[in-house]
Amino acid sequence: MNRYETVFIMTPVLSVEQVAETVEKFRGILKQHGGKIVHEEAWGLRKLAYPIQKKSTGFYQLLEFEVDPTAILPFETEFRRDERILRFLSTRMDKHHVAYAERRRNKSYAAPEPLAPAPAPVVAPDLTDED
Amino acid sequence: MAEKNVRYLNPISIDTQKEKYCRFKVKGIKYIDYKDANFLLMLCNEQGKILPRRLTGTSLKYQRKVAQAIKKARHLALMPYVADNLH
Repeated sequence: MNRYETVFIMTPVLSVEQVAETVEKFRGILKQHGGKIVHEEAWGLRKLAYPIQKKSTGFYQLLEFEVDPTAILPFETEFRRDERILRFLSTRMDKHHVAYAERRRNKSYAAPEPLAPAPAPVVAPDLTDED
Repeated sequence: MAEKNVRYLNPISIDTQKEKYCRFKVKGIKYIDYKDANFLLMLCNEQGKILPRRLTGTSLKYQRKVAQAIKKARHLALMPYVADNLH
């Protein structure tokens, strides 16, 4: 059993129930493979730093779990198949990461602030400089 | 004309660069979180590029981790791949 952390982004077109349903689906897949969920975080609707599939926002969800390494491949395949998922990233946690995650949890974690809105398109430079 | 009359109270400090140090070693940070985009932004220039070690003073061991964390954050759209005026 290894400890893993997965962050994934769901499309903003989903309703709150659909988001919960999607998360529940992936929780179910983990349980099927004998995984144990350690921690969960829903960051809610956040602005993306750049558009993905022409969407500029997305529902972020974090799952921290323990599962056998053999279960990761089918788990990630489900992410690739699911159209509601814009992006996902799974990381195996080393001991420093686990310690960090525990500290972060105990600090009564506040959701990270959404990034500043994307910079406005470049305005054509003023050509009035030349006298 | 006017420039020639400028006098400085203190000698201008040339070559008095501050001693560089690795912030991760000093603070005992063992793990660099890719989810903390605000922190990683400090290690990027305003175009979103990763700042080199010679500017930040990070040790090689942690620079590798910083680079990995920034790349993960970019993948998850927590940080931009390209930008202008990040800071």
